[in-house]
Amino acid sequence: MKSLLSEAWLVASKDLRIEARSRVLTNQVAPFAVLVLVLFGFALDADQRTLRMFAPGLFWVAVLLCLLLAVQRSSAVESADDAATGLRMAGLAPVAVFLGKSAAIFVQLLVLELLLTAGIIVFYGSSVKNLFLWLIAGLVTALAVAATGTLYGALASGLGVRETLLPILLLPVLAPVLIGATRAYDDALGAAAVDGWAWTGLLAMFAVVASTLGALAYGALVED
Amino acid sequence: MVRVGGRRRYRYGVPVIQLCDVVALLGRFPALAGASLSVEAGETVLLQGPNGAGKTTLLRLCAGLVRPESGQAQVLGHDLSVDGRPVRRQVAMLGHATGLYEDLSVAENVSFWAQAAGLDKSLAAQRATGALGRMGLDERLLSLPVSRLSAGQRRRTSLAVLAVRRPQLWLLDEPHAGLDQTGRDVVDELISDAVAAGATVLVASHELDRVRSLNPRVVTVAGGLVVKDTGGPK
Amino acid sequence: MTNPTSSVATTGSPGSRALGLATLLGLVGLLVLAFVLTEPDVRIHPSTGQEIGQFDAVRLLYLHVPMAVITYVAYSLAAFASAGYLIKRTPWWDVTAHAAAEVGTVFCFLVLVTGSIWGRPVWNTWWEWGDVRLMTTLILFLMFVGYLALRRTAADPRVQARRAAVVALVAIVDLPLVNRSVEWWENRTLHQKSTLGELKIEDLTLFTLMVGFLVFLMVFAWLLLHRFRVGWLTLAAGEHQVAAAIKERRAEADGSEVASAVGETS
Repeated sequence: MKSLLSEAWLVASKDLRIEARSRVLTNQVAPFAVLVLVLFGFALDADQRTLRMFAPGLFWVAVLLCLLLAVQRSSAVESADDAATGLRMAGLAPVAVFLGKSAAIFVQLLVLELLLTAGIIVFYGSSVKNLFLWLIAGLVTALAVAATGTLYGALASGLGVRETLLPILLLPVLAPVLIGATRAYDDALGAAAVDGWAWTGLLAMFAVVASTLGALAYGALVED
Repeated sequence: MVRVGGRRRYRYGVPVIQLCDVVALLGRFPALAGASLSVEAGETVLLQGPNGAGKTTLLRLCAGLVRPESGQAQVLGHDLSVDGRPVRRQVAMLGHATGLYEDLSVAENVSFWAQAAGLDKSLAAQRATGALGRMGLDERLLSLPVSRLSAGQRRRTSLAVLAVRRPQLWLLDEPHAGLDQTGRDVVDELISDAVAAGATVLVASHELDRVRSLNPRVVTVAGGLVVKDTGGPK
Repeated sequence: MTNPTSSVATTGSPGSRALGLATLLGLVGLLVLAFVLTEPDVRIHPSTGQEIGQFDAVRLLYLHVPMAVITYVAYSLAAFASAGYLIKRTPWWDVTAHAAAEVGTVFCFLVLVTGSIWGRPVWNTWWEWGDVRLMTTLILFLMFVGYLALRRTAADPRVQARRAAVVALVAIVDLPLVNRSVEWWENRTLHQKSTLGELKIEDLTLFTLMVGFLVFLMVFAWLLLHRFRVGWLTLAAGEHQVAAAIKERRAEADGSEVASAVGETS
């Protein structure tokens, strides 16, 4: 009898293996992330000093846009050849599937955050003043949005309108995360004088709530 | 229930599928409008009928994927109106889609699905080799991503995935469709092997001649009902 | 379930018509109180002696605040009914949740609009990012716009009901987090806080506010009742459709029996 964690590990490693083969993240989403940073540069028509001030916010908006792509991809992998039915037939616990898919998105987001940090350093002249805060806030936020994204990916799937429904469902719910993560990075990047750790605490709470709710609700959504 | 050769088999005469006046909805549409069917262990049943008759829904119902709206539905002793989940692991359902991950190789797919079904890694690997061999999949294909395979090769991979589970009940929805001669032969072999192993097999097919050689019971489905049946209790 | 073949042309009933009439009268009374009888907010600045205050803009208080309260009542009901649906799985809970969410969203929109109009003369902008309540209400509005969008998709009704219930509950659970984060965010800037605190609310002002609460509660009840009935009838019509479809399907079976003799299928 497989335990929940080993089932989740099975699903997560499967998703990551698929990513390694198809390279959607590296070939499509990562360039998109950089593109977003560049577009902001054009749109704001600002000098590096101003961009540095806005960098944390722009960073996290870029992350959220990439999240949408990552969640869409995660969902599309299952619906492509109806592997989703296979998952139901195999008898994997829905919670395990939720944990596994969230974990895979989490890993992908970490990679994107790393890339985007390099991006804002290069394009906006940002610098990481508090490495530890940068790391922890980044991890916690990635966790929060990966869990929420996976849940909403399931909510929006199978209706034929996933691409347009997912953003309007997911993004308002993540408003506190955007606010919090931006403030945390304001501190970590030295862009503004705020208490980044307090905000990280709020983000951690969000992550816990999101993971719990996601795990509970995922089962109810997938069952017939 | 009897243990034969280390594997569980149901004694002949024990009903594996018992459907009585089952209504099943797809949204608002009644795909099944009061179907009744009783299948005993070890039987081979051919489901035939026009497109849209409800054959696919009937199979999916028996797989525990579709919940009956009304009527009694029991498969392998489980009441489907309560919960379809216990049935699923004991059943192999071949649908229209491949159910495979395109980007993963044949071997990786079989391994993943075997572990997903609850087999541990070593047992999964063992059975996978056997199943893949029986499906006639050349060794060189095993490490290719599924996206590079032909339709027939993908179908055989799907069947290998299912065969690893050694199910008591096979539900095959048009398994021959789109296959070439070799592919069709492989499917026939799979069905005969399953039958020989004592499993119950339901096949929905338009390829009546091929399945005929197994001397199956023929059940005709139309308009969401079972309208004709060459076997079964009267 | 109501018999859908009866001649039900409206969702009205003697009770709801009485409520509707009372509500209409109440609304008229409220408008008279708010826009005619009460005084505009005019105060004298202690040092300069000038007239300051919100003047006539304060009249929107009597609309905005009660509607805001009703919005929260409506969404709380939607969340409660969503939870009820997930536990009980009967259609009544689902229809109630949908009706409450939809009416609530209408009120929420009006809260945002009146808030914006009220804010214009006071803050000199159409939108004040620094107002915690307004921001939270905006996010709440967006979350339920998503809810309603989900409701409009052509999904199996049971699937839709379950998903919508989850969306509503997650939205409500998220709300305190939204509020907390917006509050912290505003507090670290020098934004002007909500202007409600500086008003003196007593006598006629208080009375009008109370009337406002009562009247909008009645408006909510009336709208909810009708929206619920529409939802309920839609459900009944759907079930009737299913029953008819089953009959039709079985007839199809009889007709095609001859054609589907063994070996002659398409």
